Amino acid sequence: MIPRLEVRDLRGPYFGPVGFLLPAGGLVFVRGPSGAGKSRMLRAIVDLDPSEGVVLLDGRPRESFPPHVWRRLVGLLPAEPQWWADRAADHFDRQPSGEALAALGLEPEVLQRPVAGLSSGERQRLALLRLLANRPRVLLLDEPTANLDAANTRRVEQLIEALRTKQGVGVVWVGHQTDQMERLHPDRVLELAAATRSVA
Amino acid sequence: MAACLVLGLAGLTWRLRVGTSRAMLVAALRTTLQLLLVGWVLRFVFAQARPLWVGGMALTMLLVAGHEVLARQRHRFRGWWGYGLGTVSMFVSSFSVTALALLVLLMPQPWYDPRYAIPLLGMILGNTMNGVALALDRLTTEARQRAGQIEAQLLLGRTAGEAVRELRVLGMRTGLMPMINAMATAGIVSLPGMMTGQILAGNPPMEAVKYQILIMFLITTGTGFGALVSVWWGGRQLFDERERLRLERLT
Repeated sequence: MIPRLEVRDLRGPYFGPVGFLLPAGGLVFVRGPSGAGKSRMLRAIVDLDPSEGVVLLDGRPRESFPPHVWRRLVGLLPAEPQWWADRAADHFDRQPSGEALAALGLEPEVLQRPVAGLSSGERQRLALLRLLANRPRVLLLDEPTANLDAANTRRVEQLIEALRTKQGVGVVWVGHQTDQMERLHPDRVLELAAATRSVA
Repeated sequence: MAACLVLGLAGLTWRLRVGTSRAMLVAALRTTLQLLLVGWVLRFVFAQARPLWVGGMALTMLLVAGHEVLARQRHRFRGWWGYGLGTVSMFVSSFSVTALALLVLLMPQPWYDPRYAIPLLGMILGNTMNGVALALDRLTTEARQRAGQIEAQLLLGRTAGEAVRELRVLGMRTGLMPMINAMATAGIVSLPGMMTGQILAGNPPMEAVKYQILIMFLITTGTGFGALVSVWWGGRQLFDERERLRLERLT
């Protein structure tokens, strides 16, 4: 079966070479010490930084997609999402439903507030919703629950689980916590260190 | 007499320790030498009135203006682009507007008559140079400061053009603002230099006004198109063929 995402011999100035297969609905958990190149690898996959190697989505090479289409299909949630307008709502082409907001523990009025007035946890969850509006086939999540309490961490995990099982979204999850890794039932664990290797 | 006034001012600023007296004297000396030199060159070019000489002079003016645009930017593009961007933008706008004015509006015989072509190009090019330098400087400075915001838009599937749109608008506004201000206050707060010169030289005020309006419109058009070309092209150069923001292309 063709994997949802295939990464082969991917390397950049600060990481790699790295390779893995991600099946539809699968999850690769990436861990490693700070500076191992986890975020750099995600930026390279999404084609935000130049890199060498092969990246395929459903068997089709990355370079055959126009860059903006690729970044819609393979969505990256950075560890520190950025905002370019004052109001949260202005970052959405289509406003998220109350149901979608509630699934992440957010009130609808949060959209009308200035971004500067939101907590880091609210910003992180809104950034995830903003990304999901594109209906990506693969999600690259860089420590998506780093600023969240236990209840909201579970909400994010459940939402991602639902996207995997119901829509076949493939997920690459960068994290540090072993208990979270176990809850997510990854298909594969990728350890990034000075020498990058794949485990399990 | 006028030189004595500048000398007097330099002496005063030296006494007050403002720290500009030396720079002022050097600048005054440069003005005198440069204008004397250009007067001598103009006399020669006017006497020759050959297209080759006019073209050579115009090209020299353009190349010097290109260097000036480069020097005024805090974060210039590396390599040839740094010089080429500003110079080509100015060439496209200033030369087309000047050619249009000569061929359609003023219609001297021959159309490249240096008495018309050189001063006209000088005025349009000088102002376009300011506009292009300001527009490019704003574009590249904002790109450095807002790199994270630009990349956030790319990550959400926006094209490079969409992600850099606001920066281009800011660059355009900054480049055009001096000319808009100059047009808004012309004749009320200040009398434009060319018009003042004509009146002092004994020409009728209404004739001077007519030419001044024409010149200001030409300058604004030249500046506007120059800024437009430079921010459009500069905006493209910030990204590579895969629409990745490449700030390392800037110094």
